[in-house]
Amino acid sequence: MPSTLEIKDLRVSIEGKEILKGVNLKVSQGEIHAVMGPNGSGKSTLANTLMGHPKYKVDSGDILIDGESIVGATPDVRAKKGLFLAFQYPLEISGVPLAQFLRSAYRSVKGEEKPQGKGVGGEMITALAFKKKLDEKLKEVDMDPAFAKRYLNEGFSGGEKKRAEILQMAILQPKIAIMDETDSGLDIDAVRKVAEVLSNMAGPEMGVLLITHYQRILEYIKPQFVHVMVSGRIFRSGGPELARLLEEKGYTWIEQEAAATV
Amino acid sequence: MSAKQVLDIDYTKYNFRDSDASYEYKFPKGLNREIVERISQIKKEPDWMRQFRLRSYDHFMKRHLPMWGGDLTTLNFDEMLYYASPTEKKSRSWEEVPAYIKQTFDKLGIPEAEQKFLGGVGAQYESEVVYHSLREDLAKKGIIFKDTDTALRENPDIFKKYFSTVVPPEDNKFAALNSAVWSGGSFIYVPPGINVEVPLQAYFRINTQNMGQFERTLIIADENSRVHYIEGCTAPIYSTDSLHSAVVEIIARPGAHVRYTTIQNWSNDVYNLVTKRAYAHKNATVEWVDGNLGSKLTMKYPSIYLLGEGAKGEILSVAFAGKAQHQDAGGKVVHLAPNTTSRITSKSVSKDGGRTTYRGLLHVAKGAKGVKSTVRCDALLLDEYSRTDTYPYNEINEDDATTTHEATVGKIGEDQLFYLMSRGLSEQEALSMIVMGFMEPFTKELPMEYAIELNRLIQLEMAGSVG
Repeated sequence: MPSTLEIKDLRVSIEGKEILKGVNLKVSQGEIHAVMGPNGSGKSTLANTLMGHPKYKVDSGDILIDGESIVGATPDVRAKKGLFLAFQYPLEISGVPLAQFLRSAYRSVKGEEKPQGKGVGGEMITALAFKKKLDEKLKEVDMDPAFAKRYLNEGFSGGEKKRAEILQMAILQPKIAIMDETDSGLDIDAVRKVAEVLSNMAGPEMGVLLITHYQRILEYIKPQFVHVMVSGRIFRSGGPELARLLEEKGYTWIEQEAAATV
Repeated sequence: MSAKQVLDIDYTKYNFRDSDASYEYKFPKGLNREIVERISQIKKEPDWMRQFRLRSYDHFMKRHLPMWGGDLTTLNFDEMLYYASPTEKKSRSWEEVPAYIKQTFDKLGIPEAEQKFLGGVGAQYESEVVYHSLREDLAKKGIIFKDTDTALRENPDIFKKYFSTVVPPEDNKFAALNSAVWSGGSFIYVPPGINVEVPLQAYFRINTQNMGQFERTLIIADENSRVHYIEGCTAPIYSTDSLHSAVVEIIARPGAHVRYTTIQNWSNDVYNLVTKRAYAHKNATVEWVDGNLGSKLTMKYPSIYLLGEGAKGEILSVAFAGKAQHQDAGGKVVHLAPNTTSRITSKSVSKDGGRTTYRGLLHVAKGAKGVKSTVRCDALLLDEYSRTDTYPYNEINEDDATTTHEATVGKIGEDQLFYLMSRGLSEQEALSMIVMGFMEPFTKELPMEYAIELNRLIQLEMAGSVG
């Protein structure tokens, strides 16, 4: 049975202001879903709520992973259940080398690897095994190995930060990955690069929820499902043709349609 | 170091004390002239030292407590023990050390550390150094590394030439107290042109309740020599107050390079009032790397006097203040010669109502042209009950001095925590990781095993910060 992320009639507010007004969505391993929508439609709120940011309050509805509710669970618990969020604005953590951070994260999410052998020797073996994995993944996402020693996101360019997010995803191997505007702020070459890496990674083992304002990333990643979010609701769902329609006509028409139905 | 690695350390090893320690000499509480005389007599010291101690005692009695810094009102000098000696003789090898002391050091892991990393180990148990060794090849080069009492007996000329020349008893009340009752500490002499490639290390430890510890360390690096001395301190936990008041003097002769690294982790009842000062002569470099954890109150401002042209000074200080702790720390640099440079970097973390203070002095004397100096202090507050203050004093008497001062106060943001937690780290692991990252500019200057130890200590201090 593939893992699923299921969102049921989700209503979310920030500081008393309702942002999501009843969202329904189901993403399974192996599927790629794109959620598109104009600015302020609630896309990033959805991403942050799914991962458990404390600022976002779930007023009603539910979020389920494999049928189990995760509402109220802290972000680390959600990560351990196989959820991953690639941040729109990854945070800089000074003094923490990327490799060290990833090893801690890997251990937390995947469970403690038991050192093979005793004491410092066993520790060395697991450390070396992790380094090998990290080197492979750095290559996959086309990052210079020197990044492993740099402090987490500190001084990274916009494109490097986004690529580092994909690297983290590649290491943690989530069941469901939420990509929050991974294409924003990147030039077209960087978008293509990030998208290529992401499509290589998306396979039967991973479901993707791709949140984006623009259609351009969808040139390189082909979603089976496209959803349009307007004013805190998923207003329309369809296939790739819906994304093309939005690209041609923009969001105004669908916003007007949505306004008319309220 | 990952946060996870750090978690499985049994930290109870620092919270023990020996019940059956038998003391050769143990005086009643409090201090008077007779006790000072008696200390000198037991140590069979030359008359000049006896007189030095008495002169220091007299000054201690009439000198006021500092009118600034932390709260010293509950410090009761009459309740302290000023001297205790567990064994009369010093042991040359580990085998000769009495079993109960050995157990203590075993718990601290010293012999293993020595095998792997150390050039020489001086381990101080109460007032007397009971174990001392120096790798033979170092000794052959003429390097002296022994406890200060032994150096006074065996190397009287060089001892007398430098002792108390950097910190006179009249410097402050605690320097006077130390000068009156000092016992133990490390004495290092490095001959001209010798590079001591491995760090020299000493461990200090307070075991007896209300035991004052007054070690005296003197380091002389002769011309164009190089040495790194490391001192680690731990104290078991007692409910009443103890006093640690050390004096450290460093003389870096022309072209010499001295680094002095300390990580102190005192139990919460210790007053840690230390005077550390270095003279850097022409083209010499002195570096203080100073980490302060634990204690009730620490007042410590490692200082460097840049006496000769081209001398360099660097002070790297970190402080971690938890509940009911005040870390009043910083650094002093006095530029007395042209083209001297200095850098002070201070990092502090306060939590659970703890308080950190940065107190620094930058002095550029008239005639010291072409001085460059950088001061940077960063404070991290982990909750709204904690406090941090910065008191930078600048006395710049030359117009062409290039000085910069930067100070930041940070808090850990909700978004940073969310980011780390979204990768599977618990809230406490995420907090620890941010704090360890904040301390990293300091940690990376430490030898590996000290860096690991410091991260363990931070991890331990962070335990229980959540919820």
